[in-house]
Order: sequence, then C-alpha cells, then structure tokens
Amino acid sequence: MSQEERSMAELPAEVQGWIGQKRYEERGEFDVERGYVFTTCASVQNGNPLFWEEKVANELTDGWIAPPTMLSVWFRPHHWAPGRTETAQPLQVHFDLKRVLDLPEAVMTDNTIVFGEPVRPGDRLRTWQVLRSVSEPKRTKLGNGRFWVIDVEYQNQGGQWVGTETYTGFGYRREA
Amino acid sequence: MTGGARLAWDAVRPGDRLPELAVDVSATTVVLGALASRDWRPMHHDKDFAQNRNGTRDIFLNTPNQAAWFERYVTDWTGPSGRLGRMKFRMKDSVFPGDRMVFRGRVEKVETDAAGCGWVEVALELAVGDRIATECSARVAVPTHEGDNPWRRKGERWKP
Repeated sequence: MSQEERSMAELPAEVQGWIGQKRYEERGEFDVERGYVFTTCASVQNGNPLFWEEKVANELTDGWIAPPTMLSVWFRPHHWAPGRTETAQPLQVHFDLKRVLDLPEAVMTDNTIVFGEPVRPGDRLRTWQVLRSVSEPKRTKLGNGRFWVIDVEYQNQGGQWVGTETYTGFGYRREA
Repeated sequence: MTGGARLAWDAVRPGDRLPELAVDVSATTVVLGALASRDWRPMHHDKDFAQNRNGTRDIFLNTPNQAAWFERYVTDWTGPSGRLGRMKFRMKDSVFPGDRMVFRGRVEKVETDAAGCGWVEVALELAVGDRIATECSARVAVPTHEGDNPWRRKGERWKP
C-alpha cells in the first residue's frame, strides 16, 4: 500500500466520501450591492474609477461592476438572522473537516482565484463547494494536522461562470 | 477617454518593477478589512481571542482583504482597463496592527493568447520589514491596442 493509500485509509469514511462531491449548493443571502463595494474600496483605499465614476464604468464595463476579488463577500452569511439557531459558516466544508477530523484550529495557507464574467450590482449569485484532497498527517510550527484543498465555484443568476476560488487550509491541534 | 492613466501594453517588459506601495496598518485597517469582507471571525477583531486561541501576537489581516489589497495594487498600475484573470497567493506570516506593509511587484511575462488577449503576469509580495508576509502571482489582461477592451471578452475569448 502506498503512503497516499495508507493516508486515505486512515481518513474517516465520511471525509473520503466528500472528495469530488458537489456540496452546499446555495444562493447568496442578498443581492450584490454597491454599499459593500464602497466599504471594500475604502478598506484598501482603492480609487479605481471603475467603482467611483459612472462614465468610466459605462465606457469599460457597460455599467457598475464589483471588484473581482469580492467574490466570496457575497456568500458570507449574516452574523445573525431571525430563526437561525447556529452560527452559519462560510466555506462549510472547511469547518466540517475541522469537526470530523477533530482539529480545533485552522488557517488558510494558499488561495487561488480565477475570475470570469464580471459581477454586477443586482446579481444574485449561486455557489457550491467541492473537497479536492486531504493530505496525510503533517507537523508544522503551528501544530499537528492535515492540509486540505477546497474549490468554491460561483455562477450568476443567468448560469454564467463568474469565478472559482481554490483554498488550501491547514487544520491542526496545537502542541501542549 | 476618461478615468486616469492606463497602462500601455507595448510599454511593458519582463523585469519591469511596479511602483512600491507602503501602508501603515492599524487596528482599524484590520477590522475595517474584515467587516468589509463580511468576515466576522474573532481573530480579526478580538485581540484576546487572537492571542489565546490562534497564538498570534494580535489581530491580523484576513485573506479576502489581502486579496483586495493586491487587486488595488495591480490596478493602481494598470489603470481601470486592466482586468484580473487569475490571482494566487500564499500567506507565510501574519500582518498586525503597527506593521508597515510594503507591496512590491515585478513583471514576469508578457504574452498574447490565441484569442488575441494581452496578458501580463506579475510576481507580487507584501513585506513587513525584512519578512515576506504574503507572496502573490497575478495574471492581468491589458488592452493591446487602441480600442481593445479586455472587459468585453467573454466565453472563448476570455481564458484566464
């Protein structure tokens, strides 16, 4: 048995079953809107006229768009909502892995974003998550744990691809 | 044409350096960035949590806000015609209040694809003092000639 096969064999069957599966398909909780665009631009002092000058937006993008790197913003759940009994988590597969693998801490180490059709105010996006891989157990300066890779796909309401994010996370337990 | 300077495709060469950008990070920088990206996790606003649960010395910049900083850095250089196609980054260390973060970039590759889209690949870094906190590579489309507009590319004509 190869090291990879041994590592897979040690993974709980529940986690093995998630690999390659489309999970948590959902529609954003709210429409893409310019208020968050301004807050994001302000947070990084982004003066790109595409987001501030209507004439430029009309000339280049046929109207307002959102900064491409805001993709994940449109899916982060409200911190509280009526009737919600548990805190909703973005990137739920990541939190599922922490729970099932009993790794209480986690950090993101790598992030790749590929951008498609521009996202516009008024869009209501759809997303889903796919677990691509889970590593064998690793020891790092943070602690002992595993790395995992998760793809998050995004589409607009017309079914057009607007982007894909790939996250590499490291779930770990701090050494005593 | 409106909206400030726009990068001229034929003026870009591998090895070119992007202008440095230096920003002093405060607790407000970190918290504003977290809230702008709707990231409510406590390590980005609660110093006690960051120290005792994450083992870091303070709250720290979150991942989506770092992406927004890199986007701003790249499009400051390209102007509004520049359209990001792909961005990859690796967080090697955290960025804390009190840090002075410095963005640097270098052109790695200039090419056109089969659809005639002009691409510039840049290697970027976010440094604090002599440590590299985040490494990033970005692929950005810029107009190759007057009248070309990467934002109008769709389907087979947009291959990021």
